[in-house]
Amino acid sequence: MKFALTTTALALILGLAAPAFADIKIGATISETGPASFLGDPEAKTLKLLVEEINAAGGVNGEKLELVIYDDGGDPNKARTFATRLVEDDEVVAVIGGTTTGTSMAIIPVFEDAEVPFISLAGAIEIIDPVKPYTFKTPHTDRMACAKIFEDMKKNAITKIGMISGSDGFGASMHKQCLSIVGDYGIEVLADETYGPTDADMTPQLTNIKGKEGIQAVLNPGFGQGPAIVTRNYAQLAVGLPLYQSHGVASDGFIELAGAEAAEGVRLPGTALLVAKLLPESDPQRAVVTAYKDAYEKATGKPVSTFGGYAHDALRILVDAIKRAGSAEPSAIRDAIEGTKGLVGTTGTVTMTAEDHLGLDLSAFRMLQIEKGGWKIVE
Amino acid sequence: MPELLQFLLSGITVGAVYALVALGFTIIYNASDVVNFAQGEFVMLGGMITFFAHAAGLPLPLAALIAIIVTAAIGVALNKLAIEPARGAPVVSLIIITIGASIFIRGATQLVFDKQIHRFPAFSGDQPILIGGATILPQSLWVIAGALAVFVCLWLFFTRTLIGRAVLATANNRVAAQLVGINTNYVMTLSFAMSAAIGALAGVLVTPITLTSYDVGLALALKGFAAAMLGGMGNPKGALVGGLLLGVLEAMTAGYVSSQYKDAAAFIVILAVLFAMPQGLFGRKSTDRV
Repeated sequence: MKFALTTTALALILGLAAPAFADIKIGATISETGPASFLGDPEAKTLKLLVEEINAAGGVNGEKLELVIYDDGGDPNKARTFATRLVEDDEVVAVIGGTTTGTSMAIIPVFEDAEVPFISLAGAIEIIDPVKPYTFKTPHTDRMACAKIFEDMKKNAITKIGMISGSDGFGASMHKQCLSIVGDYGIEVLADETYGPTDADMTPQLTNIKGKEGIQAVLNPGFGQGPAIVTRNYAQLAVGLPLYQSHGVASDGFIELAGAEAAEGVRLPGTALLVAKLLPESDPQRAVVTAYKDAYEKATGKPVSTFGGYAHDALRILVDAIKRAGSAEPSAIRDAIEGTKGLVGTTGTVTMTAEDHLGLDLSAFRMLQIEKGGWKIVE
Repeated sequence: MPELLQFLLSGITVGAVYALVALGFTIIYNASDVVNFAQGEFVMLGGMITFFAHAAGLPLPLAALIAIIVTAAIGVALNKLAIEPARGAPVVSLIIITIGASIFIRGATQLVFDKQIHRFPAFSGDQPILIGGATILPQSLWVIAGALAVFVCLWLFFTRTLIGRAVLATANNRVAAQLVGINTNYVMTLSFAMSAAIGALAGVLVTPITLTSYDVGLALALKGFAAAMLGGMGNPKGALVGGLLLGVLEAMTAGYVSSQYKDAAAFIVILAVLFAMPQGLFGRKSTDRV
């Protein structure tokens, strides 16, 4: 604590002593390379792109944004080193990052001690539950995805399901969250199978699920290649029941990997960003997601992803907070972030409170169905 | 009974993938006693290069051929640039070099290509073939046929050709092999080229089933290595049987016991086999003359 105080004091002195360098310095530690690079890569690109855009439009409160970005490679140890460096050497006023739950959890104590606001880009509910004063996050939690899926099942009078989950971090976490709330929806899990993240064939598990009497639908919490293979095996075995995938694979790449034919009819909760073109004109998110999608795809030549959207929202929340705070003082920014109201982002409309440092509700998810190799909104 | 058949077919599909990877280990091991841990990266390169050549508009067979040739060239480069300069080093050092090479290839691939997961179409479509109530994809038959073909070629190579025997001789005693006129440098280069080509062929065949990305090599190499150890390192027959056995074991455990213990059960059986038969099922007995 003393150390943190010294750091803050030092930051203040330096800040006072050098008013000529009035840029607002924000930090980021992102997994641009390494196993989580397909998340971190679009996140880093998005941050750089948006900061450029904001500065070109005159900056925030008349001051330019300066982005200090580090690549932690998905390694929590490195992330922690960079987090300390951001706070002590770079003296940033706020930090975005922590691509994975692992890196986020490792760096939260650094920012809590230094009292620097931190907006995480990782999924786990543990990041904001229990609420920590300086920690926020933008992606929906796994539990919300489960709730969205179960709501849709309930609507379709499905009461008995089978689950096949990835045994990687994402799959295991979502599996746990889903099981913890499934009872609230009057749904029973009759079969509960798993597969390894690098497995090449899931037909044995699916055969067992298919053989269970009374199952009305199958849910596959998972990430990466696993769900694509499950979907292909599901078609191979002609299981013939509705298949629900998670938000972890909500991307055009998933349809391509699974094949349009095998993926036909698959349902999953996704963000508005994925179906920007399908949103009705009246949708408040339409303008935001279309603008981001066009800008990102023009700048990088690559299709936009949900993960980049998380970084987009984090930066928007931060910039909005700095504007409202009228100052670039970390604690003022923190208070302003907590007061975020009705901010329309790519993942949903964000309204934070002292008890809710995520600020999204279930309407942030759209229930999507894959039809003829494309998406359809089904609500 | 259709369940049992489905588990078996699943096991054979996965097992054939392991067997193909395991077969790639045999040549380099036979030539130098080195277990090449970059073998998985050869498989990955086969899949990735084929995908990007195919995406660039080349027909699939041509893309696959290019992938195999390029990967073989990378195998030769690995030997020339990393293994040959360290020739005097003990086998353990050489194995560590191959681990380094595998990390390097993974990093380079992620920069040259990308970090996404890819797949190209199966050779004969995705319509499952029905066998007694169970199903198998046509691509699985391609993988099984590929594994068998590579096995037969390797078996003929090591037992019926002079150069194959030269490879075995080089591993046995490099100096003696040189004395009888075998160009051991050439044998090493050839074995890396062949191993890389087999790895790439495996990658071409399995990618429509397993999908590919820059980081699939490690997992494939580990399973392939386990299969090769189970069957007996260096013996093509061991690689084939070990791979299929491992695949079927995993599928049966997933089907009848619990999918949670799938990997554990397979490795317990491997440990038990190696405990009773340290050379693997078909490994050659090592007899040292003193």
